[in-house]
Amino acid sequence: MRVLQMIESAYRATLEEQDDTVLWFTRAIRGAGAAADVLLCGTAVSYALRGQSVEGFQVGAWSQRHPPAIEHEIRKLMESGARVVALAEDLTERGITASQVIAGIEMLSRKSLAGLFGQYDRIWKW
Amino acid sequence: MTTPATLSFLLMDAPYEQSRTATAFRLIDAALRRGHGVRVFAYEGAVSLAMTAQKPHANAIHGRTVEEEAHPTPHLWVSALLDLAKEQGVVIDWVNCGLCVDERGATDVVAGVRRGSPADFWKMASESENTLVIATR
Repeated sequence: MRVLQMIESAYRATLEEQDDTVLWFTRAIRGAGAAADVLLCGTAVSYALRGQSVEGFQVGAWSQRHPPAIEHEIRKLMESGARVVALAEDLTERGITASQVIAGIEMLSRKSLAGLFGQYDRIWKW
Repeated sequence: MTTPATLSFLLMDAPYEQSRTATAFRLIDAALRRGHGVRVFAYEGAVSLAMTAQKPHANAIHGRTVEEEAHPTPHLWVSALLDLAKEQGVVIDWVNCGLCVDERGATDVVAGVRRGSPADFWKMASESENTLVIATR
């Protein structure tokens, strides 16, 4: 069973979780044998942007070690064999250019979505 | 006559935040009443749905006592679905994400809810005719 994890909402408690909860979940189910890929759309296309960092997060005396490193998590996901796709129009709307996107992430236009969806048995929208 | 199926649901919203939660419970109720087996994976805030520490309250604005108000607590809804499955003679398996439970201290939950991991969700989805993810927005 092939699954497409369609992520539209971004930065849901990423600091508290030290990760994006759906990217993490995708890595976990892939570890359990799932053939799961990722489509980034809506605000989640921001995850495709290279060079993000939240190092230095501090609350009172609490300095957060190991803050979320989304770029690293996406690279690890791709290293495991997952396909990661970002919706081109949503990148453009946010001023993110192709040169700023993490290498290995595919950019697909909205008109290609039906064809993409057709390649999967399940599409889970998050 | 509908052929009995197995349906999986992933819930993510914490209680008392979104109408999606009530909708999810209604969908699960409808599936059970039609004789379908149900698998539920509660992820992130949704693990708190089954917490037994939830308490109903009176409502001064409504002018009602605790008894009159009959304020809903999601853990009673979870129990009601587990009971309904038993009455219907169908299987319901409710799994709380273990790490999410630990983060929230949501350890005291209704009997019949068990602890698991995303691997359990993948097994549920693999064994189901279909799976609905109801994610936090």
